[in-house]
Amino acid sequence: MKINLKVWRQKNGNAAGKLVDYKLDNISPDMSFLEMFDVLNDELMHKGEEPVAFDHDCREGICGMCSMYINGRAHGPQTGATTCQLHMRSFADGDTIIVEPWRARAFPVIKDLMVDRSAFDRVVQSGGYVSVNTGSARDANETLIPRTIADEAMDAAQCIGCGACVAACKNASAMLFVAAKVSHLAVLPQGQAEASIRAERMVAQMDAEGFGACSFTGACSVECPKSISLDHIARLNREYLGAKITSEAV
Amino acid sequence: MNLESKIPEGPLAEKWARHKFGLKLVNPANKRKYEVIVVGTGLAGASAAASLAELGYTVKAFCFQDSPRRAHSIAAQGGINAAKNYQNDGDSVFRLFYDTIKGGDYRAREGNVYRLAEVSVNIIDQCVAQGVPFAREYGGLLANRSFGGAQVSRTFYARGQTGQQLLLGAYSALSRQIANGKVKMFPRTEMLDLVVEGGKARGIITRNLVTGKIESHSAHAVLLCTGGYGNVFYLSTNAMGSNVTAAWRAHKKGALMANPCFTQIHPTCIPVKGKYQSKLTLMSESLRNDGRVWAPKTKEDAEKIRKGELKPTDLKEEDRDYFLERRYPAFGNLVPRDVASRNAKYVCDEGRGVAATGLAVYLDFADAIKRDGRTTIEAKYGNLFEMYEKIVDDNPYETPMMIYPAVHYTMGGLWVDYNLMTTIPGLYALGEANFSDHGANRLGASALMQGLADGYFVVPYTLGDYLATIGHADKLPVEAPAFKAAEAEVKHMVDRLLSAKGERTPEEIHRELGHIMWDYCGMSRSAEGLKKAKGMIQDLKKEFWTNMRVVGDAEEMNQALEQAGRVADFIELGELMVDDALAREESCGGHFREEYQTEDGEALRDDANFAYVAAWEYKGDNQPEVLHKEELVFENVKLTQRSYK
Repeated sequence: MKINLKVWRQKNGNAAGKLVDYKLDNISPDMSFLEMFDVLNDELMHKGEEPVAFDHDCREGICGMCSMYINGRAHGPQTGATTCQLHMRSFADGDTIIVEPWRARAFPVIKDLMVDRSAFDRVVQSGGYVSVNTGSARDANETLIPRTIADEAMDAAQCIGCGACVAACKNASAMLFVAAKVSHLAVLPQGQAEASIRAERMVAQMDAEGFGACSFTGACSVECPKSISLDHIARLNREYLGAKITSEAV
Repeated sequence: MNLESKIPEGPLAEKWARHKFGLKLVNPANKRKYEVIVVGTGLAGASAAASLAELGYTVKAFCFQDSPRRAHSIAAQGGINAAKNYQNDGDSVFRLFYDTIKGGDYRAREGNVYRLAEVSVNIIDQCVAQGVPFAREYGGLLANRSFGGAQVSRTFYARGQTGQQLLLGAYSALSRQIANGKVKMFPRTEMLDLVVEGGKARGIITRNLVTGKIESHSAHAVLLCTGGYGNVFYLSTNAMGSNVTAAWRAHKKGALMANPCFTQIHPTCIPVKGKYQSKLTLMSESLRNDGRVWAPKTKEDAEKIRKGELKPTDLKEEDRDYFLERRYPAFGNLVPRDVASRNAKYVCDEGRGVAATGLAVYLDFADAIKRDGRTTIEAKYGNLFEMYEKIVDDNPYETPMMIYPAVHYTMGGLWVDYNLMTTIPGLYALGEANFSDHGANRLGASALMQGLADGYFVVPYTLGDYLATIGHADKLPVEAPAFKAAEAEVKHMVDRLLSAKGERTPEEIHRELGHIMWDYCGMSRSAEGLKKAKGMIQDLKKEFWTNMRVVGDAEEMNQALEQAGRVADFIELGELMVDDALAREESCGGHFREEYQTEDGEALRDDANFAYVAAWEYKGDNQPEVLHKEELVFENVKLTQRSYK
């Protein structure tokens, strides 16, 4: 396959960036999208040019590190998949592909296609946990958690924290990410004690990080590689409103 | 050098309890005065950092990824073992201990393995309390499954994403401590050297991967939780960034490296497709619970399949060879990983492999679907099937999956005593980075167990003993000459990597190293091949330092520079692995020497001469390393030939 690439190049967070054209021949349809980038970088390095910086690690769709905005879609044209799970067979010979970093105020560009997503970590630090010290747990089977509840928690908990929801949102809102964490812990008995304060704090931190508001268009859920449902946003809203009414904290 | 394992006296079941009581404690008011560095934030690192901070220690944690949540533990699929015996099927701490030590082909310490089995039950409790959504039965009790080589159902799981959920649990505990100000987190930061002074570990030198800044960090103790070195093979199931650098640089500063040749080749991975391939994807071992492994009976049929003239579903039952079921009627498709991998290799060596490369066998779910229905199979393995389809573009509900072994885990690692301390006082190694619990082969669902055991339940006790002994005044400031010298050394290495103006990229050299390791130090090894490989690796090292080229600068994000440093260390490690494999003149677990096998091709151990841990001491650049032996003592199990027939 022949592929024409337009790739966002930006030296660092302070520099201006621009789209740069590259042409690649001999791309196999069996290559993953990132392997296609490996080929590009290999060519660039042989020419003595700087390779394109991009985040990637597990290359099997679970670490959440890869983050490319491909032809106007977070993680590209496939649904329910990360960039690393996208294969060149999803494109046609001679296609032009535009590759940009996640665009959001809360995710500043570090270099080329690489962005800083530490805002997500700070949101989790604000309350995305159950306060239980090591060693103080009781027997795991003492709390009965029906399968349906465990499944519901797991549906939310499988968020990989990649930030595609933010990148896909016209407001760069992080509601789906926050909702997934709040929801995961809110449906489980272990998370009950801190449910209100968790929702309040995580939402407050999300706002402080500069993420936009949610206008419930659903783009996040469509682009989410784990297809996390909008239902969780509904639950977050309920948790948050309930917390606001009953709690004096924050 | 005297390798003292510090295994406590007394009956096996009482060792850990007695030992814990004998350990010195740090006064609660003094704990904050002690600083601890944790490198790596996977299961071992995140759990250790969180637990130590909860106790009151001042912790600094480092990871090269952009967030601690991304460590490669996240990719573990199948599950985590624990001797809960919730299923009433005869499990016990002793049975988990026994299975693990036998599964490791009797090359691990009894004391360590027993402790691992003992604390396994606490891990499940802890994770559930954190909100880890393990699979449940309708009544609300935890679900279990049997897993690779075990005859009891003791594996806990969260769909095919158990590692992810356990890591997110540990990450949430870590996040809570970061918010509390007890842990200072340094993401996108790579450890490039260990600082040793006065015979003790004093801190580390790091490079900020965004700015390129080289920095010193001082502490009373350093914990390396940096995972395994499977990427020495270039292609493996490890993440692209997984590397040996932290452990290797500690090794060069005096920490002994134990059993480096013990690597695990996982039987069920998606086969290699082309030269550009950057990594291999594991298909969880749990698939072998329902999938049947087979290859065509004849070379002729295999060839037709390779050419696309025949489909696997065209082959009649009598033309298929379910080779694991045939050779191992008792365990069938559930034999341990090393056995399953080797047999797949034999079949392909005979010319009966499938896929265009001839390097694949089938994992077939047709019978399971017929028996249990597609819905049941989908519920169990849906996400794995989907993952397979995305990569291979083939529907495994209709066509059997193709699998082939791939490098997955490294049992070898830094030598540690019972306290998880390396041969450098104050330097600890946890999780896959140490060598301690899996012997020559790790059983499925045991890596997650070990990482969390070390981090949650072992090091929080044993570290206190060391800290109480040295006292909080015994810390070196970062202005000390030892730090300055180590910083200068690191800067020199960075400059050296950037100054080479050759032709080849670090990636190309890495790929070449991988081929050497896979061909000669992979699933099957021989003295002749290993000797040849040693020469090839030495040549490659020369090539690396004379004909390599890294574009870009030191003071910026430079991924090629990061990779070059890691490849330099992999090359040196590769040579040591070859030495270790050559010195171990027996076959055991994942280490299979062609010269040492039974008549029917099984691994032939030599307990009289090789029941020891091989711990290697670094002696300087291009100098042969020195072998030290820690004899393994078995008082509670009888060493038998592993039989899964």
